[in-house]
Amino acid sequence: MAAMVNLTIDGHEVSVPRGTTILEAAKTIGSEVPHYCYHPGMSSPAMCRLCLVEVEGAPKPMPGCVTTVMDGQVVNTQSEQAKSNRQGVLEFYLVNHPLDCPICDMSGECDLQDYVHAEGREHGRGREPKRVFGRDDFGGDILFYGDRCVMCTRCVRFMSEVEQDHRLTVVERGNRSVIDTFFDEGLEGTNWHGNIVDICPVGALVSKDFLHKARAWDLTHTPSVCTSCSQGCNIDLHSRDNLVQRIKPRENLDVNAWWICDYGRHNYEWMNQGNRLDEPLARVDSLSEASGWKDALKGLLDRVDGLDNVSVKAVASPFSSNEDLAALSSVVDALGGGDIVYRSSAAGDEVPLKGFPQLVRRKDLSPNATAADLMNMTRVGADDASGGLESVAGHDGIVIVLGDSLPDQPVDFGENAGLYIYLGTHDSPAASNADYVLPVTSHAESEGTFTNFEGRVQHFDGALQAPGMSRPAWLILGALSAERSSGDIFRCAADAFASVGKQVPAFSGISYDDVGSRGAVINESVSLTGD
Amino acid sequence: MAYPYVSEHEVQVLSKYFGDPMQRRIDTYVERGGYQALKKAFELGSEGVVNTVKESGLRGRGGAGFPTGVKWSFMPKESGRPHYLLCNADESEPGTFKDRELMRWDPHQLIEGCLIGAYAIGAQHVYIYCRGEFFEANQVLARAVEDAYAKGYLGKDIMGSGNDLDLTVHQGAGAYICGEETGLMNSLEGRRGEPRVKPPFPAAVGAFGMPSTINNVETLCAIPHIVTNGGAWYRQYGTEKSPGTKLFCVSGHVNKPGNYELPLGFPLMKLIEEVCGGMRDGNALKAVIPGGSSVPIINAEEAGRCTLDYEGCVEVGTMLGCASVIVMDETADIVKQVRRMVDFYAHESCGQCTPCREGSAWTAQILRRIEDGRGTEGDLDTLMQMTQQMVGTTICVLSDSVAAPVQSSIEKFRDEYLSLIRRGERVGAA
Repeated sequence: MAAMVNLTIDGHEVSVPRGTTILEAAKTIGSEVPHYCYHPGMSSPAMCRLCLVEVEGAPKPMPGCVTTVMDGQVVNTQSEQAKSNRQGVLEFYLVNHPLDCPICDMSGECDLQDYVHAEGREHGRGREPKRVFGRDDFGGDILFYGDRCVMCTRCVRFMSEVEQDHRLTVVERGNRSVIDTFFDEGLEGTNWHGNIVDICPVGALVSKDFLHKARAWDLTHTPSVCTSCSQGCNIDLHSRDNLVQRIKPRENLDVNAWWICDYGRHNYEWMNQGNRLDEPLARVDSLSEASGWKDALKGLLDRVDGLDNVSVKAVASPFSSNEDLAALSSVVDALGGGDIVYRSSAAGDEVPLKGFPQLVRRKDLSPNATAADLMNMTRVGADDASGGLESVAGHDGIVIVLGDSLPDQPVDFGENAGLYIYLGTHDSPAASNADYVLPVTSHAESEGTFTNFEGRVQHFDGALQAPGMSRPAWLILGALSAERSSGDIFRCAADAFASVGKQVPAFSGISYDDVGSRGAVINESVSLTGD
Repeated sequence: MAYPYVSEHEVQVLSKYFGDPMQRRIDTYVERGGYQALKKAFELGSEGVVNTVKESGLRGRGGAGFPTGVKWSFMPKESGRPHYLLCNADESEPGTFKDRELMRWDPHQLIEGCLIGAYAIGAQHVYIYCRGEFFEANQVLARAVEDAYAKGYLGKDIMGSGNDLDLTVHQGAGAYICGEETGLMNSLEGRRGEPRVKPPFPAAVGAFGMPSTINNVETLCAIPHIVTNGGAWYRQYGTEKSPGTKLFCVSGHVNKPGNYELPLGFPLMKLIEEVCGGMRDGNALKAVIPGGSSVPIINAEEAGRCTLDYEGCVEVGTMLGCASVIVMDETADIVKQVRRMVDFYAHESCGQCTPCREGSAWTAQILRRIEDGRGTEGDLDTLMQMTQQMVGTTICVLSDSVAAPVQSSIEKFRDEYLSLIRRGERVGAA
């Protein structure tokens, strides 16, 4: 452990490791020193001059973002000098900032707005006409509003230091400086450029996808985990009107730090897809509405009792949560035992983020294949998640499909089955022969956990209201197996998670609290079979 | 000699051969005793050279006046990494034209100074960062460096001493800020000419990330003379705290503007009246900027009390800077002069630090509005307050240079601002 340094910040005694900056040290007492150019994931040029603080004995105010702490130092972030400096710098920003907040996407979550509201002058003194740069299309998902730029150069440094693909630079000098791209293609073809919208402290860099779509204050933020690959990046789903409007990264230094890839960022439209299954269907003569969940499940179990062959073949999905997969596994055991297979698509290449090497867009393009492997489910099919279901399609016992909508399977899928149970969010031609079609909630609508490529169990919350009578799969399957084995039904997701630990040794010893918002790595003695 | 004006008050050490094109030739330079100081330096050893320079009390001629010997002693010994000596020849301060003349007329004096300096700090490579607009100086220097290599004063085993040293003349591309030491390093490395945050200081992490020392042309030109004649000899000129001679670049409303080499501590009025032949047309003195456009302006009364050494200038509330004396007579329009200076700084701000990037341009806008007769008295308070926010709040001191002329002129020539604001009347004809 690094040697500790004791200093005083705003009258509070602080003890931090040697080499910590004043700005980071102030965070430990809950004091945020306003800043633009500093970002913990990148080098600091100390050029916004907003984080200048008063250090007793220093001849000049010191930039908190690069000045490291010293023993016995006395720092004032709230002194007259520090405050008047911030007020001065903020006034300089407003000399040319257009104040077009009413039409700016950043409004409501803008650092310039926040800082000026907190510490700016009541009235501006600028009478001069403002400098105009206009707009520029940077390629990819990025639009640049030059007039709003505060020249913090975070975007330039992200591209050069983190993505390590020098696509942006500052051109010209003085107050004519402006961010620009080198070539016509701009950011087109880079894989992580969406992050520059997140780190832009103002509305200079905005997402074309989100442009004028929603106001920041109307969005509900729900902590979640990205489903686009097995990395398991921590994200927030921003929703309004029961629709996910955008995805933003959520800080987790163990997984994705502050970043996510563009592929994951824009992969959310499926969460808003309509035409959902919203009530349980049961086949009497033809497939028709059952009178509620109780009848449906009771009827289903009665059917099982009448079967000769109760061996089960099930298709699971690596997009289902740990809870759903474990509940499926126990239902299969409770009904008569059998095999579970799953299919997952794989990308040709991994896409690493060079400046933060532990963050990679993994080959495995599903969030929970690791858990499926740990639960002894067998991966089948091709790299585009097709095929491999021949033995299930013609099985004459019980067929269960969970979460895989079988887009590649023909309408005669499951025609020989004694009982065909289809649990999904959307109807499918391959569900034509199903005896029971049970509506489940999607990832965005329910609480649960995923296990990423390295065995980190991470929790996500539901952002959207589930349609109609759809229920989480763990609730439906848990009720079935409880009925069969006269156990307890799961009352909440935490109950379902607790039961995962009992079923699968790798998950034993992890509680919901352990998982928290940062995740917990599963029992390391259990080797991982996933990639 | 042909050089414009010479005065009997001058002590010509560095400027002895100004106007003599023969001095550019290496043979002439050697005949006149050139490169003997280098030989003596090798005999003294690097410690000996540093001590001699410390004894002389030579202070950096680029503007800050930091003791050169002390600066050299900051360089790490035996670091095992390459060391660099950088010569700042990016002379761009408005009103300054001494380095250009030193390079034009006596390039080998500079090369010899560089060699001695590099030897003293253990550097293997010298970069002379020369202002791009100095076409003639660049050509003269390039020729001189070629000659020095040919005669064995540069390259391997210099003068049989076993010391190797290379020298590169690098041409700037026309940015004032590249004269700031760390901005110069960035520019030299091929990056944007933006000053770096200090610490780390150049002696620890300088050009190409290696320990570096950077000296002004005039500083390095003084080195051969100090090594030849000793520190005590140099101290016979100038004052106790500001020893030696200094080139004064006098411009503006005097009869004989030009470069004059005088001992430090020379009275400002004596410089104007006796050395420069008095004010143009016998007009009255109005204001003087004694150290280049970045230092506070002084009025005639203060000029009367001012002696031209580092301490004497501070006493009257200004700075010696690089001793570029800009003299203005009663016809000068102070508001216009200040606005032109601020325009320059706004144009040359590198754009990193907010106070400088936004503040310098805004200051220029307000001054232009006042000049056009559309100002208010409140503008003067705004100017004073906002320029105060630009002092000591930025990475380098360019924004301090904006504040200096604005604040000092509003304090000392408030009437001129007010007359423009109230009646739209300009003072003077300029």
